[in-house]
Amino acid sequence: MSDLTGLTIAAAREKLRAKEIKATEIADAYIAAIERANPAINAYVVTTPEKARDMAKASDAKLAKGEGGALEGIPLGIKDLFATEGVHTQACSHVLDGFKPRYESTVTANLWADGAVMLGKLNMDEFAMGSSNETSHYGPVVNPWRARGSNADLVPGGSSGGSAAAVSAFLCAGATATDTGGSIRQPAAFTGTVGIKPTYGRCSRWGIAAFASSLDQAGPIARDVRDAAILLRSMASVDPKDTTSVDRPVPDYEAALGRSVRGMKVGIPKEYRVEGMPEEIEALWQKGIAWLKDAGAEIVDISLPHTKYALPAYYIVAPAEASSNLARYDGVRYGLRVPGKDIVEMYENTRAAGFGREVKRRIMIGTYVLSAGYYDAYYLQAQKVRTLIKRDFEQVFDAGVDVILTPATPSAAFRIADQDMAADPVKMYLNDIFTVTVNMAGLPGIAVPAGLDANGLPLGLQLIGKPFEEETLFQTGHVIEQAAGTFQPAKWW
Amino acid sequence: MSVDIATVKRVARLARIAVDEEDAGRMAGELNTILGFVEQLNEVDVSGVEPMTSVIPMEMKKRQDSVTDGNKAADIVANAPATEEGFFLVPKVVE
Repeated sequence: MSDLTGLTIAAAREKLRAKEIKATEIADAYIAAIERANPAINAYVVTTPEKARDMAKASDAKLAKGEGGALEGIPLGIKDLFATEGVHTQACSHVLDGFKPRYESTVTANLWADGAVMLGKLNMDEFAMGSSNETSHYGPVVNPWRARGSNADLVPGGSSGGSAAAVSAFLCAGATATDTGGSIRQPAAFTGTVGIKPTYGRCSRWGIAAFASSLDQAGPIARDVRDAAILLRSMASVDPKDTTSVDRPVPDYEAALGRSVRGMKVGIPKEYRVEGMPEEIEALWQKGIAWLKDAGAEIVDISLPHTKYALPAYYIVAPAEASSNLARYDGVRYGLRVPGKDIVEMYENTRAAGFGREVKRRIMIGTYVLSAGYYDAYYLQAQKVRTLIKRDFEQVFDAGVDVILTPATPSAAFRIADQDMAADPVKMYLNDIFTVTVNMAGLPGIAVPAGLDANGLPLGLQLIGKPFEEETLFQTGHVIEQAAGTFQPAKWW
Repeated sequence: MSVDIATVKRVARLARIAVDEEDAGRMAGELNTILGFVEQLNEVDVSGVEPMTSVIPMEMKKRQDSVTDGNKAADIVANAPATEEGFFLVPKVVE
């Protein structure tokens, strides 16, 4: 971390506007940091230093005239799931080999319109399917955090593992990410960063490679709550190109920081106290409760009775939608093509060679549950259970609860190539047990770092809000951050 | 419900993914683990519950039926593995 890469977005913004520093200087500092660190961390799959310098130069010209957008001159990393015009966009899959879109996703277009600078594309689980970043075609990302006294490489979480690792290791000022079942919040928790999945419909999905369309949402990963608020304001928009984009003005999220939580009702769901959860997670949760109580919030015990069914329902709904969305990768319009004796064999060979094991597994599950005779038993049943999960939340909010506090993950970061997880896909899926309910109900959720475990690894708390009340999450998350402080890994790379 | 190797091959064919014997055997085990995990949904009483169709209650957006884009044939085929004169090339599909 140099003086320049150590600045938060809020701090860099002030220094740029005051002309104390130049956008080109920040961009150069990040480019140098990435060159040094990326061989060890593997957070970036592609870097775009020339583009970064050009964009930074343009920012400096604007800043010199006293102009410039909300993110003028701020260098960001972009998850490989977002289409970036003329730049590698492969969802970290081999099936999109060589794909360089001729268009820009709405979210990244919004960021560039506000003056942000692109450093490159960030590693992720293939098509965002994974919780450890190990399913990437480009190899795993290494968590900048290590257990005290250990040299073992840990996962950064997933699927937005590159985004979380790059933010945590000071390889970008902030990053875009996406969350289908916990892919922003779980890696944020594993790396001591802040990640928010906004309400479904808040960020446009246009130009983001689709995984499960009724669950996918974009959001930022940032160093602190304020930076996350700044980024989300720029990412979010009303987009005629996405019919699920909601017609609501984007508020100034940053203005919510510093508001008191006095009198706010914070719900503590008993169903999130799961069997086998480490005591440290429970202790962290209690700490969070105490901080909010001290800040004047009222703590109430609540029940969300269908919580345990969220993960199994997710593993029907998400693969079903994925099997449909990923049908487009057939070797005809883009990416890899592996020849065959006829067109069907060409499709089959292309998809067999292009998709990794986890992606194939989910396409197979999705195809199976949607196949003739099984639709009612699996997909329809899961969508009905989803209604009940959403109803649980609605009843709690109707009873006056403003925000719900839970742990973000059931454990701290685990080792790369963990044998237990490799042997049983369901073990890996359990990582999302606290986050997936939020996607199923379409609600906003934020993960905020809250402390370190006995091995010195970061742990996070999650806040869940009412639809489109992201401001409440920033306001409450900021109170937790004020009490817990911020966390940085000891540099070993 | 348990998935056997023949079912895996049938589903793989539907999904257009080539699998060999070894893949099919491994996938059968993995699929059974996952299907075993989701089985617990059957214990939920869903009588009278409507399936969820929209995350956020909203009216379907409508837009003017007008041309806003076009003349991009070169862009559209730019990333294709095989093209000729602005067309996608595929193996012969009709005799």
